[in-house]
Amino acid sequence: MLHLEGIVKRYGSHTALDGITMDVPPGQVFGLLGPNGAGKTTLIRIITRITGPDEGTVTLDGHPMGPEDVARMGYLPEERGLYKKMKVGEQSLYLAQLKGMSKAEATKRLKAWFERWEMSAWWNKKVEELSKGMAQKVQFITTVLHEPKLLILDEPFSGFDPINAELIRAEILRLRDAGVTVMLSTHSMASVEELCDNIGLIDRSRLMLHGNVREIRKRYGANVYRIEYKGSRVAFANALGFAGELIEVQEGGEYSVAKVKLGKGSTVNDVLRPIISAVEVHGVQEEVPRMHDIFIKVVGETAPEHVTAGMTE
Amino acid sequence: MNKIKLIIWREFITRVRKPSFLIMTLLAPVLIAAGVTVMVYLGLQDSDDHRVLVVDEAHIIAGKLKDSDKVSFYVDQRPWSDSAFKASPYTVMVEVNDDILNTNTVLFFYKQLPSLGVQRLIGNELEKTIELAKLRGENIDAEAYQRVRKSLVMKMFDIEKMGEESLEQERAGIGFFFGYFMFIFIFMYGVQVMRGVMEEKQNRIVEVLISSVKPFQLMMGKIIGIALVGFVQFILWITITATLVTAGSALLLKDRFDPKVLAETPMTAQVQQQLGEQVAMPDMEDVKFLKALQKIDWPLTLGMFLFFFVGGYLLYSSLLAAIGSAVDSETDTQQFMFPVTLPMILAIVIAQAAVYNPNSAMVLWCSLIPFTSPIVMMVRVAMGSAPAWQMLLSMVLLIGAFVFTTWLAGRIYRTGILMYGKKVSWKELGKWLFYKG
Repeated sequence: MLHLEGIVKRYGSHTALDGITMDVPPGQVFGLLGPNGAGKTTLIRIITRITGPDEGTVTLDGHPMGPEDVARMGYLPEERGLYKKMKVGEQSLYLAQLKGMSKAEATKRLKAWFERWEMSAWWNKKVEELSKGMAQKVQFITTVLHEPKLLILDEPFSGFDPINAELIRAEILRLRDAGVTVMLSTHSMASVEELCDNIGLIDRSRLMLHGNVREIRKRYGANVYRIEYKGSRVAFANALGFAGELIEVQEGGEYSVAKVKLGKGSTVNDVLRPIISAVEVHGVQEEVPRMHDIFIKVVGETAPEHVTAGMTE
Repeated sequence: MNKIKLIIWREFITRVRKPSFLIMTLLAPVLIAAGVTVMVYLGLQDSDDHRVLVVDEAHIIAGKLKDSDKVSFYVDQRPWSDSAFKASPYTVMVEVNDDILNTNTVLFFYKQLPSLGVQRLIGNELEKTIELAKLRGENIDAEAYQRVRKSLVMKMFDIEKMGEESLEQERAGIGFFFGYFMFIFIFMYGVQVMRGVMEEKQNRIVEVLISSVKPFQLMMGKIIGIALVGFVQFILWITITATLVTAGSALLLKDRFDPKVLAETPMTAQVQQQLGEQVAMPDMEDVKFLKALQKIDWPLTLGMFLFFFVGGYLLYSSLLAAIGSAVDSETDTQQFMFPVTLPMILAIVIAQAAVYNPNSAMVLWCSLIPFTSPIVMMVRVAMGSAPAWQMLLSMVLLIGAFVFTTWLAGRIYRTGILMYGKKVSWKELGKWLFYKG
């Protein structure tokens, strides 16, 4: 769907993006991660053609992206707002028409959306009368109204209460299932695990991590397994021997839980084989690291002194 | 193109629909009309009758003071004490001292300050008698003196355009009026452009917008939309004010200028003479002004006005839009506003100077330099003193300048609107110019 090749963007002496190459596969949800000030918003602005790269190319469906592609995109910026004094319906129509829709078509679709989200009563209200969450819903609708093929959401969940955040989450998945490619940036690692098929992690202008979420989590998994068993701790440790390293054991309750790191070259079967004869194994599960931990590990490694920069670009 | 039309329409309609627009559009002419009408009314409505006691210690007045509608004179040659005056029915006491012929000064005591018109009337009457007394003293025949004392009339001609009076001065005044109008408009609506840009930035809607339109379209749409608001507002102001002033003066002054009433008034010789004087006196100024109005090459002047007006507005409002985009709040605009407003103020000062000295080198240069040319050139165009090549040069320079400033503003704008929480310096603005789109 979307391919970025060697994107470089400089602001004076500051390099905001340094050779970003990545793929956003079609019909999936792609998560763009990174600490504040890493360059996510700059990258998004390049994709949405708000600003141009100094070097590199953006390819959409195999052809270099051009101005006409903007109509096929929906973009919800992180810094988003509405004209406070304008009425909700009128403003939504205006934004839809700027996207190139006819007034009649835009009205029809807007009415349908407003009905679906039970917002019809807001049509003639001024934006300043709405709560922040309500305004965010209006913004989301105007972003997706023209049925874009590529949807770019910068921090879509910020400002929503849990119920509305759930509504948006469900909507993102519905759109994905309808074939829309979604690119979202978020600081909520839980949403990444839940929503994203692929991610790209940017830190300090560079792409640090890129690929399928499950694979990445596996890759960062340190070959640690959780083994639930019934029996004595000493028996377990003795049986394990040098097949693996016992990290910790939690006792108490019906079962004990041991965390075991596999030795070099050994598989989980090599570990289990001696243990099975010593204790009663109840369950085995690979400890997959959470995205949260991976994020902290990657970002922390590259810059131990790294504090989130106070600038939003 | 469709998108820019949409933007223009939104900028226009949301502003015109605001209650404040309606209030301003209705209130301003009402205030102006009320002001004008009240002023005219008060001027004519000379409140009270005045009984003027002239204490003629110098014995130079011999019952020669002419009473008028509101003012009646009483002459007494004995001195009056202040308390006697206070107790008397007289409203004004004028003391003419012994050495009036040397000092040329009288003392004017009043219970309530009479209007300027009444003061002038009293002054004129006294001056005439005192003048007569002086003439007597110098043994000069009063009639001969009247013949001699006539103010000089200078009829001015441009040697290149013989056969008619040039009236350049008056025409320059009319040109200045156009320039001043331009100044007010550019300032008022240019600042609105700046505010509008800041509003979009503060609302955080700007990034939503520029994902569907180009920043330049957004900026130009706003500039044009606000200009349309201005045009509509000015047309309404002129229409409403004119209607109100006409209606107001017709209502308040109807018996004064009603021809029937005038016709019925018996025309004594005195009245006729007075009327004659009144018509003859303002002669030069008013008539010259009317003549000058006829002299002006209106198609050219209005055409140039339209051109310089639009050019000047584009020039300044694009710069103001750039300022609006670069700052986060109104208070930060000050440092950038100054250099933009300075040339405008300079232009109005020079245009004023041009009315009195239209051919100075300063005026010539400023009518060519784009930042001052719209206002200064109007004065020269109205007086007909600008040769065609200078007008053309000035126009070409103005076009060049606004193409340049809109380009410049566009570059600052597209970076500025996306920059939050940064205190922007001049150096920073300079850097933005060279960022790649």
